[in-house]
Amino acid sequence: MLSPTTTPQNSGEKPMREKPRDLPFPLNIYQSAIGKKWVMAVSGLMLVGFVFAHMIGNLKIYLGQVEHNGVLDYDTDHYAETLRNLLVPIFPEGVVLWGMRLGLLAALLLHIHSAYTLSMLSRKSDNAYAGKRDFLAANWASRSMRLTGPIVALYIVIHLADLTLGFGIATGEFEHGQVYENVVHSLGRPIVAIGYIIANIAVAVHIYHGMWSAFQSLGINNPAYNTLRRTAAQVISGLILIGNVSFPIAVLTDIVSI
Amino acid sequence: MSTELNLTLQVWRQPGPDAPGSFVTYEAKGIPDDSSFLEMLDIVNENLIERDVEPIEFPHDCREGICGTCGVMINGRAHGQEKATATCQLHMRKFNDGDTIVIEPWRAAAFPVIKDLIVDRSPMDKIIASGGYIYAPTGTAGEANETLVPKEAAESAMDAAACIGCGACIAACPNSAGQLFTSAKLWHLNSLPQGQPERFQRVESMVHTMEQFFGACTNHGECAEACPKEISLDFIAYMNADYMKSKIKNRAKSAQI
Repeated sequence: MLSPTTTPQNSGEKPMREKPRDLPFPLNIYQSAIGKKWVMAVSGLMLVGFVFAHMIGNLKIYLGQVEHNGVLDYDTDHYAETLRNLLVPIFPEGVVLWGMRLGLLAALLLHIHSAYTLSMLSRKSDNAYAGKRDFLAANWASRSMRLTGPIVALYIVIHLADLTLGFGIATGEFEHGQVYENVVHSLGRPIVAIGYIIANIAVAVHIYHGMWSAFQSLGINNPAYNTLRRTAAQVISGLILIGNVSFPIAVLTDIVSI
Repeated sequence: MSTELNLTLQVWRQPGPDAPGSFVTYEAKGIPDDSSFLEMLDIVNENLIERDVEPIEFPHDCREGICGTCGVMINGRAHGQEKATATCQLHMRKFNDGDTIVIEPWRAAAFPVIKDLIVDRSPMDKIIASGGYIYAPTGTAGEANETLVPKEAAESAMDAAACIGCGACIAACPNSAGQLFTSAKLWHLNSLPQGQPERFQRVESMVHTMEQFFGACTNHGECAEACPKEISLDFIAYMNADYMKSKIKNRAKSAQI
């Protein structure tokens, strides 16, 4: 028998948090944790799409110099020039590129905000075990999402300063539009190259869990193809890992040089 | 003829909800290996009572794996190391002589400890209650096969309805999320024709109640591993899909508020 003194003070009778006042549709989707997971999944898939396309585009570095209209030019530089001129003359130069950049920035900010608020929700809901936990299904990737996420965010800032904007960590030889030479100069510094390798491993680990998790969060589930969801996550993150890590290694080993 | 085990137990003792708790070590000697985990605790308690020590309070009822009352963390795993086994169906023959067993109550901020290994799981009842009723015609009993249920739907509903509501999913979840429990309870009605009229109203209100108590799912999959009834993670995906559908279908309602 329980003695009368054991009536719980913080009993499960009372909600831990009140439901917020409903905003009009579709803003109310973002008010719930499941809705936030939808936003996180959609924005995450947008970002994965970008990372994958960025990696494919960067492979042009291995083509070296290619002749364009009779001028010998680095193919990477030519590719970057093409990106700035996407859909010209329908749109003025750079407009489509900036449209995509703003879309990605919005996705990134929503991804970070939803991740932060959901992490805080889970932290408040958790009561740590006093004894040792024994995890069965949670893998290294899924449990390190809140570590790899901030690493990737920091890497984006450093990477933009290094090779897009040309300040801070960028080399003294940085010149806007000279993409190939900027990459070779920057990754020619072993410390920077090692930093890029570590950051890209974090990117791939984050995507490995994120891709699979996105399918679940979006309710994309059919027993007929459920095993393919894990395979898709493995293939995409694997290709991104191999592609992105190859660039600093290629520069360090002089496979790619000026 | 069964052999006997001598074990060392580290049991979480906590006199009340607001009192501090700690692990207390007990020697469990001469435990028959045919006994269940709960019977082992019974034997330990008999000894404690003889020694005038307050017995260990632990949750239990049917002891045949169907009521969902029992459930403790055993060596860091919900319901112990055996897959698809509730604590009451875990037998001592699965342990070795001389083992140390750490026993802790379910942990979640919404599961306050009442005493020792017993926690207050009423938030799970709140989730069920917020699901409301199903529309059922009353009066003269209808024909038995009036409402046809596709076989796949019946099986899927039955798989979801296997949930005994023990709370192991929430206890095992690193986020203390209630997704597996809530999705199982939703799907056993949402997959059936009888559950359709209130389907999207039910999804919204049960999810919102869940989120008032529990954390956010990060798709680790610990819940399904811990589940004594092997409830599938698929139900969480179905709930996520249904939740977005309900937001779209109920959008006019939300605009009025």
